[in-house]
Amino acid sequence: MVIKSTVKSITLAFMFLLCLTPLWANETHGESSENHEKKEFNVNEMIMHHIKDAHEWHLWGPDHGGTSIYLPIILIDGGLKTFSSSHFYHGEHKSAVDHKTHEEVSYVAGVGPATGYAMYHEKIYKLENGGLSFEDGHVHGAVKPFDMSITKNVVSLFVGAILILLIMGSVARFYKKNGAVAPKGIAKFLEPIVVMVRDNIAKENIDHHKYHKFVPYLLTIFFFIFINNLLGMIPFFPGGANLTGNITVTMVLAIFTLLITVFSGNKNYWKHIFATPGVPVALLPIMIPIEVVGILTKPFALMIRLFANMSAGHIIILALISIIFINQNAAWGALSVPMALFISVLELLVAFLQAFLFALLSALFIGAAVEEAHH
Amino acid sequence: MYGSIAAIGAGLAVLGAGLGIGRIGGSAMDAIARQPEASGKITTTMIIAAALIEGVALFGVVVGMLGGAK
Repeated sequence: MVIKSTVKSITLAFMFLLCLTPLWANETHGESSENHEKKEFNVNEMIMHHIKDAHEWHLWGPDHGGTSIYLPIILIDGGLKTFSSSHFYHGEHKSAVDHKTHEEVSYVAGVGPATGYAMYHEKIYKLENGGLSFEDGHVHGAVKPFDMSITKNVVSLFVGAILILLIMGSVARFYKKNGAVAPKGIAKFLEPIVVMVRDNIAKENIDHHKYHKFVPYLLTIFFFIFINNLLGMIPFFPGGANLTGNITVTMVLAIFTLLITVFSGNKNYWKHIFATPGVPVALLPIMIPIEVVGILTKPFALMIRLFANMSAGHIIILALISIIFINQNAAWGALSVPMALFISVLELLVAFLQAFLFALLSALFIGAAVEEAHH
Repeated sequence: MYGSIAAIGAGLAVLGAGLGIGRIGGSAMDAIARQPEASGKITTTMIIAAALIEGVALFGVVVGMLGGAK
């Protein structure tokens, strides 16, 4: 009974916190739209600003002039150049006229050590003749230096990696010290998940004699995606970056699966691709390209699935909260906050489900690559 | 104008995926009702099939986003 009521109160507290979180995420936009009443609240711009990568980590306050953590910028442009991104965010605001659409576009030119560079939509360009020229909404002709900056997503990646190391390290130490006993503490929480990945994901889909080799990879990818999905759901500082909703990150994860599938593929797997049994020779010129494209589309679908699911989740929550700011009336909160809460809770399920699916489908592809012939 | 056409496309993609996943869920429920002991395996297969359909639907969403973000 005691446990039951504790769980209940924790769940309630959690729900309450989730209710509050959207307020955090959008406080800044409420203020900024009050500050300049003329400027219409642009939902599209606000949402894109939230789900895209940035060179600063915005904490609170209005968009420009609020409190942010300025992250280091590292450029390779005839040598290594490092400076704080505040030289851009507190830089010189400039504007240019688009050559095609004839609309005015504004960008920031760097000051101090960032002189000679400009930032437009979080991308860094080299200034030419002291300015940038635009064509059809894009920067035209400017050189982009190689940008290796530690952006918001990179910091979020570090936070996630450190969290995983701490959690997994403590669990590993527990088992090292105590051997295979009934787990305690955080190990108690993680053991069922690890066992689930091993039994329901690896063992079910990969040959019984070979699955051992792939369990570490599947566990890594599962916990990496799971922890980073959950971090993305926290709306304030160490979380809130849309890491698993960044297509580059999901692409790297999908490439890992592709490489493991290709390099662990056995004779049987390649035979099914280049000389599919039971297919007439005349059809092979059609079959081989299809099968080769098939190798690539599987990880491609993995990449798109994770990216689109997580981005869509963030977009839906932000869009629901935006209802208040579109109508400029706090009473709409009665509608939008419960709806955002509902989607937030649903996103917790999606965070787990997407990690599970990525690992499951990876196991399925690897399983198909190491399968022995049985006909 | 781009945005609205993209939204119709995304809506159509959602419609197809909804029908597909609904069918999978319904069939899985039928199967579990017939053979409750196989529910674990049916659930896993159901999730895989649903994920594959969802992947295609999300292509629609991504295209919608690309159109809408213009």
